[in-house]
Amino acid sequence: MTGSSWGRSLLWPMLRKEFIQMRRDRLTFALIIGIPVVQLILFGYAIRTEVRNLPTVVLDESRSSDSRSLISVMEQTQNFRIAGQARSRDEVRDWIESGRARAAIVIPPDFQRNLKRHRTAYAQVIVDAADPLASAAAIGGAALAASVRANAILDPRSTRSPPLDVRVRPWYNPALRSSVYIVPGIIGVLLSLTLLLVTSIAIARERERGTFEQLVVTPVSKTDIMLGKLLPFVVVGYVQMTSILILGRVLFNVPIRGSVLLLYVLSLGFIVANLGVGLLVSTLVKTQLQAMQLSVFFLMPNILLSGFMFPLDAMPRIAQWFSYALPLTYYLMILRGILLKGVGINVLWHETLILIGFATALIVVSVKRFSKTVS
Amino acid sequence: MTETPVGDRPPAQPESPSAAVHTEKLTKVFGSITAVDALTFDIRRGEVFGMLGPNGSGKTTTIRMLCGLLEPTSGAATVAGFDVKTQGEDIRRNIGYMSQRFGMYDDMTVFENLDFYSSLYGLGGDKKRKRMDELLDTLGLRPRSGQLVGTLSGGLKQRISLACAIAHHPAILFLDEPTAGVDPAARRRFWDTVYELAKSGTTILVTTHYMDEAARCERIAFLSRGHLIAIGTSEEVTKHFGQPTIEDVFIELQRRDEGVVA
Repeated sequence: MTGSSWGRSLLWPMLRKEFIQMRRDRLTFALIIGIPVVQLILFGYAIRTEVRNLPTVVLDESRSSDSRSLISVMEQTQNFRIAGQARSRDEVRDWIESGRARAAIVIPPDFQRNLKRHRTAYAQVIVDAADPLASAAAIGGAALAASVRANAILDPRSTRSPPLDVRVRPWYNPALRSSVYIVPGIIGVLLSLTLLLVTSIAIARERERGTFEQLVVTPVSKTDIMLGKLLPFVVVGYVQMTSILILGRVLFNVPIRGSVLLLYVLSLGFIVANLGVGLLVSTLVKTQLQAMQLSVFFLMPNILLSGFMFPLDAMPRIAQWFSYALPLTYYLMILRGILLKGVGINVLWHETLILIGFATALIVVSVKRFSKTVS
Repeated sequence: MTETPVGDRPPAQPESPSAAVHTEKLTKVFGSITAVDALTFDIRRGEVFGMLGPNGSGKTTTIRMLCGLLEPTSGAATVAGFDVKTQGEDIRRNIGYMSQRFGMYDDMTVFENLDFYSSLYGLGGDKKRKRMDELLDTLGLRPRSGQLVGTLSGGLKQRISLACAIAHHPAILFLDEPTAGVDPAARRRFWDTVYELAKSGTTILVTTHYMDEAARCERIAFLSRGHLIAIGTSEEVTKHFGQPTIEDVFIELQRRDEGVVA
């Protein structure tokens, strides 16, 4: 009886088979590797170009060399295009209300005086927030300009106390630069896309081609069939995540401020939740085409409502209810929290628990349905 | 296949009645359609048993219930002595199944498919290698072992399906229209293999539309609209219907079926 036993888990042959097929399916393989790169570049650069050249009106009440250099640095970010000068707050309002300007830079009279006295100098950027992307652009541009100016002012005085530093920074938080904001989101969206779409299609393909029936008449258990289908995509998910993190760092200088280990651990809950949805989709469809359609149907609200593209705060309440029903919403908070803010589990435990809840519920429901549809 | 050792089967054989397959008022209802209606029959151990009937007569549904792919609506059945309702896993270890649709992985080679299914049937190590060698040689698949299954001809596809279905020396082999769309030479060769399996003690249930194949079965069952119309040797069945050949029986049956529809 060497090497033959019915009690042995049949997971290993299932996994080996999946990896053989994955390697052969060049197109899917290329997509799994290619999608992160293409999407990252598309989203990363597209959103950058979109936010350029906001028509901006300037109200410079300081009329000093410092205020002028701040304005010119802001213009150099290319996020702002100076459309005109205003002489009063009322004129600024006119410019924006009429749509001639989407943003305004307001520099108060005491700007230079404060700098000279080594006090915190304030400048204000007003944005037409009807378009959240525009406001993100304005904030990004302001942040960039502020940090550039701050450094320029700081350098010659580096031996002395910092002039414009502490009080200004929260205002001009560079972490709000849009590409930095969007890249962590791409990790979440891509994981959703791959795990949901590829998983549901992979299972639907077996049903469609008739290989599933042949599989089910063998002694392999439903659990092994499911794990054999799902586990390879956990690996794929982590590979994608890693490649986006690296590309985001190289191309867009996205910071990784928190613990990468924590991020990988917490990602598991999100990955499992998505595999659950993928499995669920596969039980609802008969063909690969249907699997794709249904997956896209699930993905659309994820992209639009999770806070990936538009901030939750900018959404109407009803849309927010949907947002809070999406695992991606919480995962984005975790991603941005760890990558951009560098926070730990003490801050993110709430989101983590919700994700674990989602994952458990989805897996329980989909496994139940899957077992039913097998026989 | 005479060299394949019969005594090498998995240990799960129960002491059972002499029937390899036994059904008792086996019934399957899909919505308003009764696909299989109170089917009662036995298949003896080591028998080559043919199941005939027009399309939609319930042959495939019956096989799917016996293999544990479908749950019967009512009635009972045992396969290799195991109850289809409660002992599905024991049944799966003791049967081989070739479905009407080609069920191998197109994007895997002959060798990879055989390796995969042998593993799923619990073979491993030297034992698996030996059995795979044996199957590749007896079924003439050795020269194609590195070829992707999707690029094989119909006859070869059928042979790799058979190889995967018998990797574990099943006690009972279910063949659902195994030779559909296969050329005559490949059909003959396939049947030679089936006979050798039967000779070594494997019980075989086969559905077919080819009358020459039906004539080669020891006993045949005629199904029409989910009912068992006749069962016995081909002489008994032709006599029962007062027709000269099985083909005449078949055509007569089909006429009756259509008469009901019209």
